[in-house]
Amino acid sequence: MREEPVFKIKTGSLSVLQLHILTTNLSDLKRELSVRLAQTPDFFVSTPIVLELSGIAELEQGLDFVNLVAFMQSHGMCAAGIVGGSVGQREDAIQAGLGIFPDVVVRNPMRRATDDPFSVTGAYVAVAPVAAPLQPELPGFETPAVSQVSSVSAKPMPTMVIDKPVRTGQRIYAEGANLVVLAIVNAGAELIADGDIHVYAPMRGKAIAGAQGNEAARIFVNSMEPELLSIAGCFKVFEDGVPENVSAKPACVHLDGSRLVIQPLNY
Amino acid sequence: MAKVIVVTSGKGGVGKTTTSASFSSGLAMRGNRTVVIDFDVGLRNLDLIMGCERRVVYDIINVINGEVSLKQALIKDKNCDNLYILPASQTRDKDALNLEGVERILDELKESFDFIVCDSPAGIESGAFTAMYFADEALVVTNPEVSSVRDSDRILGILAAKSKRAVEGLEPVKEHLLVTRYDPKRVNTGAMLSVVDIQEILRIPLLGVIPESASVLQASNAGTPAIHLDKSDVAEAYRDVVGRFMGEDLPMRFISEKAGFFKRLLGGH
Repeated sequence: MREEPVFKIKTGSLSVLQLHILTTNLSDLKRELSVRLAQTPDFFVSTPIVLELSGIAELEQGLDFVNLVAFMQSHGMCAAGIVGGSVGQREDAIQAGLGIFPDVVVRNPMRRATDDPFSVTGAYVAVAPVAAPLQPELPGFETPAVSQVSSVSAKPMPTMVIDKPVRTGQRIYAEGANLVVLAIVNAGAELIADGDIHVYAPMRGKAIAGAQGNEAARIFVNSMEPELLSIAGCFKVFEDGVPENVSAKPACVHLDGSRLVIQPLNY
Repeated sequence: MAKVIVVTSGKGGVGKTTTSASFSSGLAMRGNRTVVIDFDVGLRNLDLIMGCERRVVYDIINVINGEVSLKQALIKDKNCDNLYILPASQTRDKDALNLEGVERILDELKESFDFIVCDSPAGIESGAFTAMYFADEALVVTNPEVSSVRDSDRILGILAAKSKRAVEGLEPVKEHLLVTRYDPKRVNTGAMLSVVDIQEILRIPLLGVIPESASVLQASNAGTPAIHLDKSDVAEAYRDVVGRFMGEDLPMRFISEKAGFFKRLLGGH
């Protein structure tokens, strides 16, 4: 008879509260937290909380995690681990028995580039980055916005190389990587990369770079004939054709604020 | 080693069955032992175009289900000695075609034939998928219009990703472009895509161009593959296609209305 397994290991995506730490001064932090917690004493009871350290990652000072965790426990808060922070801060956290979360990246909602004709004519209402707030409108309580992106782009990305035509209906996703395509990308095909996209052939389909929100991602194309271009969720369609100065020419795309800039590559 | 060739297009009505009939006839006329299989279960047409519809007793589904032997279901062509037809079923649905059964039939056919031509149904559903899955080479039939080219592009993508050769990491399916219903006059007026335009999008080697002709319809209705027509551009174009497929270096014909047109095509943009 086969025995039933006594446990299973699975990954799961759970939403957790993040406490963004913006100072290494523990007494300041504890004082302001006490004030904040006094407003909603029961809110954090038994709630796992991740300490988000990107705000202090650049600072030299460490943080007394043992002290902070004890303080949090005394208020019913349960520190589950940390995300972000400097190497030293991460080591301190491990010493204090905290878990280390990998840098979290929030996928950007797609939004139209502000220089797209539709946003000018008002035919489309811009969508602000939305995330369901866990607790509505409390002072000092921010809903998770799209951030922590710089830490992703800081790491060098591997490159996926495609040397065959990408045809209608095909989708290539370079997850956590740059994408280089050496053959034609036809209308109806989709290129998606978390990093940059290079196409050394005509690009007639959709190119979606910085798919996880990397605003520094770029798109380089040998012959610019796209259906759609997108960087970090900011997209542009070409109903009235591609601008004359780049159409069917070598061009580069980058994001300037919420504007997608397509520039000819002159060499 | 026998070769399995799928005639496919994505879009319907572009000339897959006409091409399958003429191409397989052309191969047989050159002395190759050839069989042509109709994969369009439920909408069988190949037997009509080959003029053997009254001789269909058993079909591919009967063979797959083991009800009859392959020999019993094969129909000898009335025009060519070396050509046999395996008809589709009119009454079954497409789900009756399964990959295991088709592979078994193809393996058996490979023992006695040089070329196995698979006439694919339109679309990208299971019937079309089954027809292309075992292909060694593919004739992609395209009309000179954007939707047909787009659908052919889709089919080429599926061939490159989901055929047996792709799945097993073997040498990829060899692709050939066949442009049918080509009318140089309408290409000149800009009403049709040119061969150059089509190749610019699909980027696979051109096997041939079949001109638009009323004789194709007459041949279909008469149950004679177009390649057998006398004094017909279409017949000559299909003979060229077969010649090129067999490795002959033949100039492209029937793509220009008058001299100098091709030059203009290549030069102008």
